[in-house]
Amino acid sequence: MFEAILLTVITAATPLLIAAIGELVVERSGVLNLGVEGMMIMGAVVGFAVANQTGSGALGVVGAILAGMAMSALFGFLVLFLVANQVATGLALTILGIGLSGMIGEAFIGVPGLKIPELYIPVLSDIPFIGPVFFQQDALVYLSFALVGLVAYGLFRTRMGLVLRAVGDNHGSAHALGFSVIKVRFLAVLFGGACAGLAGAYMSLAYTPQWVENMTAGRGWIALALVVFASWLPFRVIIGAYLFGAVGVLNLHAQAIELDIPSQFLSSLPYLATIVVLVLISANRRLTLVNTPACLGKPFVPDR
Amino acid sequence: MKKFLKATVAAVAFAAAGSAAQAADLKACFVYVGPVGDFGWTYQHDQGRLAVEEHFGDRVETAYLESVAEGPDAERAIERFAREGCGIIFTTSFGYMNPTIKVAKKFPDVKFEHATGYKTADNVATYNSKFHQGRYIIGQIAAKQSKTGTAGYIASFPIPEVVSGINAFMLGAQSVNPDFKVKVVWVNTWFDPGKEADAAKALIDQGADVISQHTDSTAPLQVAQERGVHGFGQASDMINFAKDAQYTAIIDDWAPYYIHRVEEVLNGTWESHSSWEGLAEGHVVMAPYTNLPEDVVAMAEATEQKIIDGWEPFTGPIIKRDGTVVAEEGVRLDDGAILGMNWYVQGIDDELEQ
Amino acid sequence: MRLELVKRKERSASMAVMSPLVAVGLTALAAAIIFAISGVNPLVGLYEFFIDPLTERWSLEATIAKATPLILIGCGLAVCYLSNNWNIGAEGQFVVGALFGSALPVLFPSFENALTLPLMLIFGAVGGALWALIPAVLKTRFNTNEILTSLMLVYVASLLLDYLVRGPWRDPDGFNFPESRIFSDAATLPDVFGGLMSLATPITIVIAIVLAIVLAKTLKGFEIRVMGESPRAGSFAGFSAKKLTIFSFALAGALAGLAGTMEVSAALNQLLPSISPGYGFTAIIVAFLGRLNPIGIIIAGFVLALSYIGGEGVQSGLGVSNEIASVIQGLLLFFVLACDTLILYRVRLVTRKVSATTGEPSHV
Repeated sequence: MFEAILLTVITAATPLLIAAIGELVVERSGVLNLGVEGMMIMGAVVGFAVANQTGSGALGVVGAILAGMAMSALFGFLVLFLVANQVATGLALTILGIGLSGMIGEAFIGVPGLKIPELYIPVLSDIPFIGPVFFQQDALVYLSFALVGLVAYGLFRTRMGLVLRAVGDNHGSAHALGFSVIKVRFLAVLFGGACAGLAGAYMSLAYTPQWVENMTAGRGWIALALVVFASWLPFRVIIGAYLFGAVGVLNLHAQAIELDIPSQFLSSLPYLATIVVLVLISANRRLTLVNTPACLGKPFVPDR
Repeated sequence: MKKFLKATVAAVAFAAAGSAAQAADLKACFVYVGPVGDFGWTYQHDQGRLAVEEHFGDRVETAYLESVAEGPDAERAIERFAREGCGIIFTTSFGYMNPTIKVAKKFPDVKFEHATGYKTADNVATYNSKFHQGRYIIGQIAAKQSKTGTAGYIASFPIPEVVSGINAFMLGAQSVNPDFKVKVVWVNTWFDPGKEADAAKALIDQGADVISQHTDSTAPLQVAQERGVHGFGQASDMINFAKDAQYTAIIDDWAPYYIHRVEEVLNGTWESHSSWEGLAEGHVVMAPYTNLPEDVVAMAEATEQKIIDGWEPFTGPIIKRDGTVVAEEGVRLDDGAILGMNWYVQGIDDELEQ
Repeated sequence: MRLELVKRKERSASMAVMSPLVAVGLTALAAAIIFAISGVNPLVGLYEFFIDPLTERWSLEATIAKATPLILIGCGLAVCYLSNNWNIGAEGQFVVGALFGSALPVLFPSFENALTLPLMLIFGAVGGALWALIPAVLKTRFNTNEILTSLMLVYVASLLLDYLVRGPWRDPDGFNFPESRIFSDAATLPDVFGGLMSLATPITIVIAIVLAIVLAKTLKGFEIRVMGESPRAGSFAGFSAKKLTIFSFALAGALAGLAGTMEVSAALNQLLPSISPGYGFTAIIVAFLGRLNPIGIIIAGFVLALSYIGGEGVQSGLGVSNEIASVIQGLLLFFVLACDTLILYRVRLVTRKVSATTGEPSHV
C-alpha cells in the first residue's frame, strides 16, 4: 500500500520537479519567468504531436524541449533585449501558450497517445519495495533526478555556475568584470524553457498519455512556487516537489478511506500549504537572504 | 489606410453575399460549456450537431460556440445566436439555465432547448437523459467481475445527477452481491486528466479493481489499462484508450433527440416540453460489452432489455444510509425524487454534504 | 554586428503615441496570418474579429459590459504595479468580494430596501480588500513573495465559492442544484439603456476617472509613482514602502471585490460555482495594455473585451477555433511590451567595425 502510494506520488511530483529545476536556474540568473505554464503546455502538445506523427516517444520528448525553448527564446528576447517588464511578459507567454497549444492540439484530441516505456534496471528492480519504487520508473523520472544533480553541481562547483550566480546577484559587477549579462541570462532562460517543455512532455507522454486542452492545469504555477519554497537550492526542490505531489495524492486517499472533510477543503490544501511554507521560509531572513538572487526580476541594460 | 478599409469592406460584403446565396431553411445553433475536443460531454453534443448536419444536408445549417463560461458570457453567446437568425438554440450546460430563460423572453420566435435544467417556457424546452439506467448495468457488471468486492467511483460534483448515478451503480452491484463496496472519491472537476488519473490510482491502491467514473477524461481508463484492472467509459466509447480495460461505456447519444427536434421546427410542430429519456429511446446507449465472460454479457444484456421494456432501476426496496425506507418493495421512485436526489442508498461509505 | 539599446535622454513623446498603434498593427498582421493558416480569408477574419462587433448596438453594448469588470479590476492592479506590488490574485479578490457582497441577499433575502444595494457594494469592496490584505500583510511582516501568495489564494477563493454554493448557500428551492437563490430586485443592480449594460459601467468609469486624477494630481499619486520608480528616493522623502504595499493591495482588492459584487448582482443575479471567466487574470493584461494609467485602462479594457466578442464572432461565423482569441491577446500584449521599449530606448545597430573607427571600445 505504502509502496503503491509512493509510486503515485512519483508520477505526480516529476513534472513539478522538472519544471521547477529549470525555473530555478532562470531565477538564479536574475530573471523571473512567470510563463512556465505556457511553456509547459506547449511542450505537452508538441511532444504529443511529434510522438504521434513519428511514432517515437524519444522524438516527442525532443520536440517538447525545442518547443519550450522556442517559447522561452521569445520571452528572453523581450525581457533581455527589449527590457520589457518580466511579470507582464511572463503572463503573456502563458496566455499565448495556452491559446496556441489549443490550436495546435485540435487535431490530436481523442487520439490515444504513446507512453514512454518504463526502464527496468536489471537486478536492482527485483529488490522488494526498493526495486519497484526506485528502479522501475520511466526514463524521465531518472532524468529528473539527474537534472537536479547536474544543476546543483553546475551552479556550485563550476565556473559557469559561479558566473551565473554572479550575474543574478549583482549584474553591475558581473558586467564590469567583463561577463555578458544578457548572454548568460538568455542561456539560463533557454534552459528553463527546455525543462518546462520536458515537464510538459511528461504530462502528455507519461503521466496521462493523451492530449487535452489545458492539461497542465496550473502545474506550471506550482513549479514557480516550488522554487521559492526551495529557497533557490536545487536539492530542496526535490523535497518540495515530492511534498506537493504527496499532498495532492494523499487528498484522494483520505477520501477513499472516508475522512469526512468537504473535498473542497482537501483540494485547497496544497495551495494553503504553499503559502504556509513560503511564509515559514521567508520569515527566516537569514535563510532567504543568503540564497535569493539579489537582482531577481530587475532589468539590466549595459550602460554606455 | 482608407483604401485598405474600403477594400476590406468590399471583400467582406462579397463574402457575405456569397454565403447568403445558399441560405438553409433553418439554422440550428449550439452553445457548449467545454471544448469540442473534450472527448466527453461536449464532444458527444457536437457529434449530435454533426448528425443533424448529415441528416438534413443543405436544409439545415449549424453553428456552435465552445468553452462558453456560464454567466454573462453564456447570455451573450445565446443572444448572439438568436440575433444571427438561429431558429433553434441548444444550450448544453446546467449553468446556462437562467441565461437561456432570459434571452428566450427577448426572442419569442426562437426555440430554445436547455439541457439538464428544470425551467421551461413557451419557447424553452428542457432535455436530459436517464444516465442512471446505464449506471445500474455497470454496477451489476462491476459486482460480477470484481475479485476484491470493491469498486472505485471517481465523482465530479455532488449534484443530483452524479449522486443518483452512484446510487444506481450501487443498487445494480447489490443486486449481484449485497456486500459489495463502493469507494467514492470527489475530484471537484469534470475534466482534469492528471487529477482523475491520480484518483484512479488512489482507488486501485485502496483495493478497488473496477473503476467507474463520472468525470469526462479517458485518464482513469488508461490507468486501469496500465494497472491491469477494469473500468467503464464515460459519455463516449473510450475503447481506443483502453482496449483490455473497458467493459463497456455509457454513451450519451444526443443525435436522435437533436434530429427529432430540428425536424419538428421545420414542420412547425415544435412545442415546449421536458424530455427525459433513456435506453429505450436510444438517448443512452451501452457501448459493446468487451473483456467480459459470456454469462456476464448475457446478464447485462438482459438488464438492458428489462430497462428498455420499461423497468426502472430505482424501484424499491430502496433504503437510505440512515435506514429510512424511501421506496417499499416494488414501488418506483418518481422522477422528481431521482432528479433531485441528495442522499445515498445503504452500503455506500461516504458522507454527502447536505 | 548586433543590435543595442541606447537609453533616450527623455521619454519619446512620439513613440508613446505610436507604440500602441504599431502594436495593434503588428497584432492585426499576425492575426491575418493565423486566419490564413486556419483557411479563412484574412480580410474577412480581421473584419469579423475587430470591426463587426462595433457595427451593431447590441454587440457594442455586450463589449462594454464585458469590459466593465476588466477596467475596474485593472485600475486597482495599476496602483499595485505602479508601486511595485505584484498582485496577480485579483481573480480571488473578485470572488471573495462577490461572496461578501452576496452574503446579504443570500442569507437575509427578506432584507429588501434602499440600503440593500449600497450595503452589498460596501461589503463586496471590504471582502475583496480583506482577501488582498493577506498577501500584503505576509509581504510586509514576513517578506513573503506576494506574486505566489496572491496567486495561491485564487485557488482557495474559488474552492470556497464552490463549497458555499454547493453546501450552506445552496438555494433551498433549487432541487439541490449548485446555485444560490436568485437575488431580489432590491439586490439587483439596475440596467442602463435597457440593454446588456448595468449601472456597473458608469460606476466603473467614474472610479477610473477619479483614480486618474488622484494618480496625476495628488500627493498620494506622487507617492505611488515615486515608490515604484525609486523606493530609495521615496523613503528619503518619508514615504513608507510597507504602508504603500498595504494601501495598494487593499485598494486593488476593494475594486476587484466591488467588480465581483456588481457582476454577481447585475449579470448573474445569483451565485454559481464559477462566477468569473478569468476576469482577474485578463485584467492584468488590461492594466499593462493601458500602461497602468486609468484612462489607458478604459481603452485597453474595451480592446480586450472586443477580442472576446470578436473571437466569438469568428467562431460562430467562420468556424475558427475559440483559442484564437487568447492567441491574439497574448500577441497583442507581447507587441505592446516590445514596442513600449522604444519609448525609453533607441535601438541602434552596432558593428565592431564602426566601433573601431569611432574609437569607442567595443562591447563583447
